[in-house]
Amino acid sequence: MRIAVAALVLASLSGPALAQGDVIAQRKDIMKGVGGATRDPGRMLRGEPFDIAKVKAALAVYADSAAKMSGLYPAGSETGGETTASPKIWQAKADFDARFAKFGADAKAAAAAITDEASFKAEMPKVLQNCGACHEVYRIEKK
Amino acid sequence: MSLSARAVVGSAVAVLAAVAGFWLLTAPVTWRLLRGTTEVASTAGDAQRGRILFDVGGCASCHVTPGSQEREKLGGGMALHTAFGTFVVPNLSPHPSDGIGGWSTADFVRAMREGVSPDGRHYYPSFPYTSYQRLETADLADLFAYLKTLPPVAGRASDHDLAFPYAFRSGLGLWKLAFLDGRVFSPDAGRPPEWNRGAYLVEGAGHCAECHSPRNAFGAISGDRRFAGGPDPEGKGGRVPNLTPHADGLGKWTRDDIAELLKTGFTPDFDSFGGSMAAVVKNTARLTDEDRLAMAAYLTSLPARPGKGR
Ligand code: HEC
Ligand code: HEC
Ligand code: HEC
Repeated sequence: MRIAVAALVLASLSGPALAQGDVIAQRKDIMKGVGGATRDPGRMLRGEPFDIAKVKAALAVYADSAAKMSGLYPAGSETGGETTASPKIWQAKADFDARFAKFGADAKAAAAAITDEASFKAEMPKVLQNCGACHEVYRIEKK
Repeated sequence: MSLSARAVVGSAVAVLAAVAGFWLLTAPVTWRLLRGTTEVASTAGDAQRGRILFDVGGCASCHVTPGSQEREKLGGGMALHTAFGTFVVPNLSPHPSDGIGGWSTADFVRAMREGVSPDGRHYYPSFPYTSYQRLETADLADLFAYLKTLPPVAGRASDHDLAFPYAFRSGLGLWKLAFLDGRVFSPDAGRPPEWNRGAYLVEGAGHCAECHSPRNAFGAISGDRRFAGGPDPEGKGGRVPNLTPHADGLGKWTRDDIAELLKTGFTPDFDSFGGSMAAVVKNTARLTDEDRLAMAAYLTSLPARPGKGR
């Protein structure tokens, strides 16, 4: 999964003549991966058995994805491809990027801090809090 | 009198009669005569209980000064862009002249239930009183008591910018006769208390149907399509999903899924929303688990209706 995402992103950076549709598809795929990775820890927070390996795997996907996302919002990719990115991203790019940096840093900090179920229940919600906080400002409704 | 003069007088009388008829039909007093009004005792409400209704009601989503991080600063000023023009949300803080500081509890109940201001102007239904009318008088008094505890914010919001003929508030009198029934929520004795609590929260303060239903040419919700989803009322080309237990809607969602979304903002696929539903979740996140589960119990009991929010 990580390799596939990395390959996608490398491919995207290799050619300047990249179609905007591709950037949109890539960032959506990365975010879908983040959503998918959240399934396991999300269910554990709702009472499914705790599994530290799965938690660490999800946190690794977050850190990886956060590092890649900022580069996928070039000028010209504001619309199209069923993007739910808000035009606000291009008005406040620095804040948007800073939020991904924080998301990545929080994921790494949690990966270090989580050692058992109790620390998972204390640390994981802090990481997940980044999702809604960013979406609330920088995503629009689905068409 | 010449024939043409008589015609002029005749048509002037006809116009006057029409104007008088229009005035009569559109005057707030007519609505009240037909629908009745409640006498409001001047007992002080309970601000603690009122805060819950403030949260379910999402008053902050519209009335907070844009850009303010504090959901208690209700200075107004947010613009709502609709097909009828732009509405600017007014100051709801207890400021004595710029907000509702000078209002009585009865003034507030009439605004929320009859959609009419203390000086007798009709409100536009962009202020969702079509749902808030369901609130019990005691609850409205509690909500008003809570609003009075918030900090006063100076400054009035600018006027609405509406297309002709919507700028004339009197026309709203006709609209209200057609679409505002004035019925306070009454529990269904055949249903458990949890269901009734959920129905009260969803249909009243929660005003979920205001976004989650299609509207007719008059901007009103047609009963048989209630909760079947519709286009974004703010006209940005988005869609609002169907909330009925149909395959097009929440057919696959469990009660826990719905309650969880209202608490954490995550869907069963661990997506989380941007836009207006994110603001709703900020409010419902502040409720108790019991209230969220009650709302979910009501939603899962709705008749299944097709509709993909188009
Ligand atoms: C700093 C901002 C930011 C953070 C943090 C963030 N997201 Fe996103 N997310 C976005 C944006 C922007 C989009 C819209 C992408 C597009 O369409 O271009 C999005 C889209 C999505 C989508 C929809 C993908 C699709 O199009 O199908 C999912 C699912 C998602 N995010 C899940 C998450 C989860 C889960 C987290 C937290 C673990 C998270 N996101 C954290 C900004 C963010
Ligand atoms: C201001 C408008 C608005 C109000 C009020 C509102 N919603 Fe929503 N809701 C939306 C929009 C828009 C979406 C879709 C968001 C998206 O696709 O990004 C949504 C999505 C949902 C979903 C997810 C449905 C799905 O299929 O993904 C549920 C459940 C929901 N709302 C429940 C509620 C409940 C319960 C209330 C009342 C407390 C409510 N909504 C009030 C606008 C609103
Ligand atoms: C969807 C946005 C929206 C929400 C949510 C909303 N309001 Fe409003 N409200 C408005 C608009 C727009 C007006 C102005 C209506 C007009 O000018 O006709 C208004 C007007 C009012 C007024 C009249 C103010 C005056 O100065 O005359 C009161 C009182 C009020 N709202 C109370 C509330 C309360 C209490 C809540 C929460 C339970 C609430 N509103 C939620 C949009 C909203």
